[in-house]
Amino acid sequence: MSLERPDTVDDGAVERTPDELEALLGDLVVDRDDHLNAPGFVIRPDTVQETLSILKEQAGYDHLSVVSAQEYENRYESIYHLKKFDDPTQEVSVVVPADKDNPVSESAEPVFRTADWHEREAYDLIGVEYDDHPDLRRILLPETWQGHPLSMDYDKDRPQIATLPEHANPLEEHHKDAESDTMFLNIGPHHPATHGVLHLKTTLDGEQVVDVEPDIGYLHRSEEQMAQNGTYRHQIMPYPDRWDYISAGLLNEWAYARAAEDLADIEVPEYAQVIRTMGAEMCRIAAHMLALATFALDINGDFTATFMYAINDRERVQNLLEDLTGQRLMFNYFRLGGVVWDLPEPREEFFSNTRDFLDQLPESIEEYHNLITSNEIFQMRTIDTGILPPEVAKNYGATGPVLRGSGVDYDLRRDDPYGYYDELDWDVITEDGCDNFSRLLVRMREVEESAKIIEQCVDLLEDWPEDERNIQANVPRTLRPDDDTEIYRAVEGAKGELGIYIRADGTDKPARFKIRSPCFSNLQTLPEMANGEYVPDVVAALGSLDIVLGEVDR
Amino acid sequence: MSSDQPFITDESQVVTETRDARMTGQGDRFNSRLREAFGSSPFILTKFDKFLNWCRGSSMFMLQFGIACCSIEMMHTYAVKHDLDRFGSGVPRASPRQADVMIVPGTIVSKFAPRMKRVYDQMPEPKFVVGMGSCTISGGPFQEGYNVIKGAEEVIPIDIHVPGCPPRPEALVYGVVKLQERVANGEASPVTVKPYELEEFSDLERDELVDKLADEIEDDELVMRYNFADSP
Ligand code: SF4
Repeated sequence: MSLERPDTVDDGAVERTPDELEALLGDLVVDRDDHLNAPGFVIRPDTVQETLSILKEQAGYDHLSVVSAQEYENRYESIYHLKKFDDPTQEVSVVVPADKDNPVSESAEPVFRTADWHEREAYDLIGVEYDDHPDLRRILLPETWQGHPLSMDYDKDRPQIATLPEHANPLEEHHKDAESDTMFLNIGPHHPATHGVLHLKTTLDGEQVVDVEPDIGYLHRSEEQMAQNGTYRHQIMPYPDRWDYISAGLLNEWAYARAAEDLADIEVPEYAQVIRTMGAEMCRIAAHMLALATFALDINGDFTATFMYAINDRERVQNLLEDLTGQRLMFNYFRLGGVVWDLPEPREEFFSNTRDFLDQLPESIEEYHNLITSNEIFQMRTIDTGILPPEVAKNYGATGPVLRGSGVDYDLRRDDPYGYYDELDWDVITEDGCDNFSRLLVRMREVEESAKIIEQCVDLLEDWPEDERNIQANVPRTLRPDDDTEIYRAVEGAKGELGIYIRADGTDKPARFKIRSPCFSNLQTLPEMANGEYVPDVVAALGSLDIVLGEVDR
Repeated sequence: MSSDQPFITDESQVVTETRDARMTGQGDRFNSRLREAFGSSPFILTKFDKFLNWCRGSSMFMLQFGIACCSIEMMHTYAVKHDLDRFGSGVPRASPRQADVMIVPGTIVSKFAPRMKRVYDQMPEPKFVVGMGSCTISGGPFQEGYNVIKGAEEVIPIDIHVPGCPPRPEALVYGVVKLQERVANGEASPVTVKPYELEEFSDLERDELVDKLADEIEDDELVMRYNFADSP
């Protein structure tokens, strides 16, 4: 059956109980602080590397999903959420308290490369300092920013100064050393190939890239603060639409819905789950179509054929989504415990429109294959460029099509099932090329899988008995999850593992709301893929990562 | 044009013949609809400024400039189905030096505002700006964010605001057409000093914050100072 995982003989697949883990860690554990999703071990701030290496090497926890930091009345705290790529339902949280007056804790970067950016973000927004970190600078806010905005005593009315650094004549000043002939090149933040407002600081040696450093934060819209200011029940749901805004709204809403529903123990009716699954897959098609369109634009400079065709297909899905939700882009359709309204009337029309769309899809995909994947120039540009080996990808916490394009079989829809996915028949797509081409191919083939899912959902919905169409569970008007409950939950967004960490403090608003954005981790792999390659390959690699700055910066 | 209306003479026939007579010798390729519209006269009489504004409004080059969610709808506006090009303003230019309209499609945050101002400054005069979405009006859904500029008007002058979150492509088309109308009529928003300007660090009024940053920032570095307490 397609949903079964291939057998792994890896040591890491063995599941250990929390007590066994505690025994494994021995003296390192000073306390327990369990979360709803995982056991939590409190450790001393100077034993981070030791603890994480034991968990990684001996217990098989090879995926550091996210580092979420926060400030309490009496301490700072960083939480390392670990999982296994082989079985993401096995989770463990490592909780590292740090001193209130001198919040220093050891960096996890030597164990997990991905911790680099995550810890920089924690330093930037919360103010925790990480010892032994290779490059602890601000990442999202301007370097000259005063204060740490998500810490407790931050005054958001204070004046701030942002700089616009002049990059002096690159040929004079930015030689790495006097002998070599390197040149500094700015790409972005306003540049057509950066898919938004990304800034790449590139050092070139001739045509070759010696070093590329993504500079992010040009779209840091304080999403986490906005969520912390909103009430669970209604005020948070509009924001997820704006993280990954490439029409992937429902996928993001699901991330929040899943975390909050598990936190408040809400059961979603089956009918609503089917609608959610269908809507979410429509969003995935729309998102992958845009990835395809812009990738063709980057590679072929093809603003006419492929781009327009893909936009055309997007318009078709968007019409369906508009019928379903009432908006083209920012759906705000999910509610905790279900969805906001039932399918549009007349239902037959909606079903037949959906089927029409699905019927023409194979033909358009054929067309794309003719236009791009079988185009020789396109192949030359993408095959064997931007290589990302699976081990490197895992180390950086890459997920989604980027990871699956490196041959790692990891998809939360199957591995950590939610919604209606485990009842349906579909496959997880992987390609082992590890290059730009594979990542594109994964997306194109995933569109077909999504179409399969939608078709099965439509079949189910068509036959659903009229008196069992329950779109929402009974959810109290105001939600107040218990004080000090914490949860981390993830779904498979369009770009990969989109997770939410919530700490409740007994009020109707979250005390800490942390977004684990797949693009943030995926973008970190860019230097690995681009260094040593030519400039056009950087653009290709960036395009194949398919990042959305709204989600990178949040 | 027929036997039902026997008492009306068809003067257009005469006009057309005169015009055709005048146009012979030009070669068919030059006979445009516009030429036909001018009728029998080979001249038009108008004010130079008016004519130039009409030209400006009828052919506008957009800057290819995406910021946030709204830029997705902007792309749809340029592409098939909505096709902004029908109105003579749909070809995005990658360089600000070649553009005369900037659509600001999204949230502007502290790190980006100086860059946006720079891009705006790089566009040649006369230049116009369409603010797309609630974010460019007031900060939109992120109005309370610690890092968000409360509207693009704090940084650059905006000619047309298109509300919505995001505005539908139809709304953006409407906004652009309105802008074309304004340009054709010779109207533009005044360029005034904005609350947040790019200036050299040494020109800032000295206060606690400036003193604190004095070691980090060179005197001639361009900076933008945000007084969030005074923001709307
Ligand atoms: S107005 Fe809405 S859609 Fe547009 S950029 Fe702002 S949040 Fe995004």
